[in-house]
Amino acid sequence: MNMLTVEPAAPLLSIRDLSMRFSKSRSLSDTLAGRPRQIVSALNGVDLDVMPAETLGIVGESGCGKSTLARCIAGLHQPSSGDIRFEGQSVIGLKGASRRAYNRRVQMMFQDPYTSLNPRMTVRDTLREAISVHHMREGAAIDRRIYELLDLVRLPDGAADKYPHEFSGGQRQRIGIARALSLEPTCLVADELVSALDVSVQAQVVNLLLELQDNLGLTVLFVAHDLRLVRHVSHRVAVIYLGAIVEVGPSEALFSRPRHPYSQALLAAAPSLDPADRRRAPALSGELPSPLAIPPGCPFHVRCPHAAERCRTEKPVLRPVGGGMAACHFAEAISGA
Amino acid sequence: MVNDKPETVLELRHLRTEFGSREYPLVAVDDISFEVNAGEILGLVGESGSGKSITLRSILGIVRPRGRVAGEILWKGRDLAALDEAALRKVRGREIAMIFQEPMSSLNPLLTVGLQISENLVAHTGLDAKARRARATELLDMVGIPGARDRLGDYPHEFSGGMRQRVMIAIALASNPQLLLADEPTTALDVTIQDQILRLIQSLSRDLGMAVILVTHDMGVVAQTCDRVAVMYGGRLCEVGTTSQVIADARHPYALGLLRSIPRDVAPRTPLYSIPGAPPALNALPPGCAFSARCPVAGPECLDLRPPFETVGQFHKVACHHRFEALAHFNQQEAAQ
Ligand SMILES: Nc1ncnc2c1ncn2[C@@H]1O[C@H](COP(=O)(O)OP(=O)(O)OP(=O)(O)O)[C@@H](O)[C@H]1O
Ligand SMILES: Nc1ncnc2c1ncn2[C@@H]1O[C@H](COP(=O)(O)OP(=O)(O)OP(=O)(O)O)[C@@H](O)[C@H]1O
Ligand code: SF4
Ligand code: SF4
Ligand SMILES: [Mg+2]
Ligand SMILES: [Mg+2]
Repeated sequence: MNMLTVEPAAPLLSIRDLSMRFSKSRSLSDTLAGRPRQIVSALNGVDLDVMPAETLGIVGESGCGKSTLARCIAGLHQPSSGDIRFEGQSVIGLKGASRRAYNRRVQMMFQDPYTSLNPRMTVRDTLREAISVHHMREGAAIDRRIYELLDLVRLPDGAADKYPHEFSGGQRQRIGIARALSLEPTCLVADELVSALDVSVQAQVVNLLLELQDNLGLTVLFVAHDLRLVRHVSHRVAVIYLGAIVEVGPSEALFSRPRHPYSQALLAAAPSLDPADRRRAPALSGELPSPLAIPPGCPFHVRCPHAAERCRTEKPVLRPVGGGMAACHFAEAISGA
Repeated sequence: MVNDKPETVLELRHLRTEFGSREYPLVAVDDISFEVNAGEILGLVGESGSGKSITLRSILGIVRPRGRVAGEILWKGRDLAALDEAALRKVRGREIAMIFQEPMSSLNPLLTVGLQISENLVAHTGLDAKARRARATELLDMVGIPGARDRLGDYPHEFSGGMRQRVMIAIALASNPQLLLADEPTTALDVTIQDQILRLIQSLSRDLGMAVILVTHDMGVVAQTCDRVAVMYGGRLCEVGTTSQVIADARHPYALGLLRSIPRDVAPRTPLYSIPGAPPALNALPPGCAFSARCPVAGPECLDLRPPFETVGQFHKVACHHRFEALAHFNQQEAAQ
């Protein structure tokens, strides 16, 4: 794989052949019948580079492994195999001070602003706790920093002494962002950050994220199912299917001319705002196969309209196609490259 | 739109649903009037808490606990609001069926899917056991569940989220309803499965003449599925029109702002339009226009004077005191971008 030599700058994060398997807890009847534990293959050999200060969008159907990938990167899961390098250093098996340093520099932000904040702590307590645990500031500087952070996420100073329930969903999401920023991270992992918010409030949070990123030079992993939003905020986008990247490339190129048949179907299924684009037949039939039984060959072959004999046996590798990379034997022929 | 006037099956006249004490009621649905024709899909959009679900529940007479409904709900000329519970039960689930917003909680986890469909057939049709089985298979088949016959004995947890949602639709369709109330039937689903389900609802409405009220947050879903759309804000209707009228030529400041905040035809990573502020609390609404606190063109009278519904085109109605200013304001914004 010579991906590294193609990239102009050194990646901030470099993920190679990353796999994550969960063993499913056995039901009583399975145990009695002596059936073996089932293995969920949530990630199956993910290869991905994340460049400094870029926003990388991650899209794919529910259950395809987006959150698992995000959690592995944020250090919340220990992957089953493969490697994650951060500024060139492997972060797998980091311990002690170096683990804490990594955990500070890569911050995860969650979808649910209601459950990720402690309801009994004021905003000030929440931020103070984060700041002191990592010794970001000491003494009186902590309070000054709290007001700086509130200002950064456009909350009034008066917000400091309020509790989470006193805020709207969009405001709570900003508190979550302030908490992540209090640790002065290099990389933010945003898993469905705005999905729970109303459209009218989503835009406020997205604008804030874009502005902070430009001002602070943050790297952002943006996981979301709203493709229009992902297209808008991302420099590059990765499409994931059954735990593997099937296509990655510059956002505008990928959205205007997807190369992989799965990306093509996913984009076609997203409802267009133009009533003239109506289709009678669905863009993609069938469902995501169970991650308990990943199909052999190309994992997409059971749903792919272009599947040929070779696809049933030989797994396509992620390789350069157009301006990005795609994992399909026939990507050039299919996308007219 | 068809030329000869289609049959109006449902007509709401001044629907009002309130909760809480009579002195200080919380008005969730405030003076809503619209009609739905046979074979038509009407979209109902609006922010979280704007009263979409309560509107649907009021139609079916299920706004318990403690909801009070006033106004007329004319179902084929008969006022449902005036019926008692026993009479309503004959209509509910038979002539009018509902798909609820939380599909997982509305399937019984202890009963097989076949039995749950069958229960509905017992309640609403005269079919015998054998015919019920055949009809249940046919229904699962129709909603695109592969191997339908073999899956009647499966429990809900053995289906994926998308399949459970389709089972809910199968149950709702069991009695051949003439009106389907679909409350965000696809919000929790992937775009690919959403696309499949919307195409299904569309073909049922087209082929069987079933009327549909489809509640959604997503303007793309409206564009791809609905014939007409009604926009709600703070329990009130602010704009009604054909899908293309509202999407391409909205007039109400809230509808204009909502559409503007969706990223389309804007340069990547530029700030999105966002409606300032947050949705209002229902008990803090002004007597005048519900949107006045966030409206960019509000005048002094907007707080106290309720804007009347005015016709702005065939099928197109808007409730706003300043619709020309609104149009000018948003056109200016567009020019500035
Ligand atoms: N802790 C866990 N134990 C067992 N299985 C898990 C665990 N976490 C995830 N999985 C499984 O791994 C697969 C990938 O899940 P993941 O949450 O990463 O998907 P996702 O792409 O984030 O989906 P969504 O869009 O619904 O959030 C799923 O089949 C899921 O059931
Ligand atoms: N039983 C109840 N008692 C009091 N208030 C209620 C009750 N049920 C709903 N409400 C209120 O009525 C308003 C309208 O609720 P509704 O569920 O119709 O909103 P919605 O438009 O469907 O929102 P969403 O998009 O979040 O589903 C909300 O403010 C809600 O809090
Ligand atoms: S490799 Fe074959 S099955 Fe897979 S996406 Fe390409 S054409 Fe389809
Ligand atoms: S101009 Fe007045 S009436 Fe119209 S939406 Fe704004 S506040 Fe409401
Ligand atoms: Mg997820
Ligand atoms: Mg609702």
